[in-house]
Amino acid sequence: METIVEKSLEEQFEEKIANEIRIEPKDWMPEQYRKTLVRQISQHAHSEIVGMLPEGNWITRAPSLKRKAILLSKVQDEAGHGLYLYSAAETLGTSRDQMINDLHSGKAKYSSIFNYPTLSWADIGAIGWLVDGAAIMNQVPLCRTSYGPYARAMVRVCKEESFHQRQGFEIMMSLCNGAPAQKQMAQEAFNRWWWPTLMMFGPKDEESPNTEQSMRWKIKRFTNDELRQRFVDMMVPQAEFLGLTVPDKDLKWNEAKNGYDFGDVDWEEFWNVVKGNGPCNKDRINARVKAHEEGAWVREAALAHAQKRAQREAADQAK
Amino acid sequence: MSHQKEWPLWEVFIRSKQGLDHKHVGSLHAADAEMAIQNARDVYTRRMEGVSIWVVESRNIHASNPDESAAFFDPANDKVYRHPTFYEVPAEIKNM
Ligand SMILES: [Fe+2]
Ligand SMILES: [Fe+2]
Repeated sequence: METIVEKSLEEQFEEKIANEIRIEPKDWMPEQYRKTLVRQISQHAHSEIVGMLPEGNWITRAPSLKRKAILLSKVQDEAGHGLYLYSAAETLGTSRDQMINDLHSGKAKYSSIFNYPTLSWADIGAIGWLVDGAAIMNQVPLCRTSYGPYARAMVRVCKEESFHQRQGFEIMMSLCNGAPAQKQMAQEAFNRWWWPTLMMFGPKDEESPNTEQSMRWKIKRFTNDELRQRFVDMMVPQAEFLGLTVPDKDLKWNEAKNGYDFGDVDWEEFWNVVKGNGPCNKDRINARVKAHEEGAWVREAALAHAQKRAQREAADQAK
Repeated sequence: MSHQKEWPLWEVFIRSKQGLDHKHVGSLHAADAEMAIQNARDVYTRRMEGVSIWVVESRNIHASNPDESAAFFDPANDKVYRHPTFYEVPAEIKNM
């Protein structure tokens, strides 16, 4: 007879991670794994929701009905992404109210990119092309993240993302093929969004203390710097195709590493925006809080209506 | 600030096309079943992913316990004879 060695919960968990078996909500998991996921997933959800604001700013001013319908549809997708992610976080024991409170109080963070303003229509093109492009770069590996509900949410998100990037690229292409003033608009938007987009991958590896543990737990599959490098390598040829100049004087092809060398991100600016001092941090949170508070009566009324109907049904059945 | 009371959580199941099973796709909050179905349509079928939606309030779902799953599913472990591959069919026999 074989001897049965009782494995500790921790060992069983580590074994699943090693064997690429997804962790599901009711499985035992280390407290720190749970905490890391709640933080990362809720932060991700908040980014989708706050991310609707800079683009929503242009829905009423889109240059044609077609562009308006497309933008509306994209922003609606982002609301859906927020919902998938909030739901995934809720399976870990946090509540929607808790997460929303944390966003509104400033305790929870969201991607710093959404604290920049959208000054012209070209910014909508630049966001779709660059920001959604970076989001895809981040999100595709997350489809294989070790926590089941998060991975499944990301599969759904990724399916919807590629239209976002393409519609942005198409806007940029139209502008770049247009009048010189339109081309210039595109270049200026590119200049505004390029560096903040590179910041989306997060701090440098040596300044990202959580990365190592997250990689061990297979929450993350690539480091911030790896993803940033891939993104630059992917985008430079696209910018060249559009006839746009990457606003980085240090950008240079490096044959040896088969990738581009590029300049250092302004990390001071990054940390400053993260700390709440970006151009739009206050506006963004104020807009969220306002929407939430002004919607309170709707949520209460819907609940009261549902309760009333349930009572009526119960009374009818008792007859 | 007003007192907070969350809408209940619902699990959403979608039949992607006629003839297939409903499959779990995710969850959402809604005040009642009707709203849950409408929200599910808006969130989970924006690209014609479904022809039918079921919603079930999450608290009504009972699940097996993952901690006991080894013992719970054990009875099926040693019953290889439940699979057709357990049986030897002579090469001469066709269509079985
Ligand atoms: Fe998104
Ligand atoms: Fe997107």
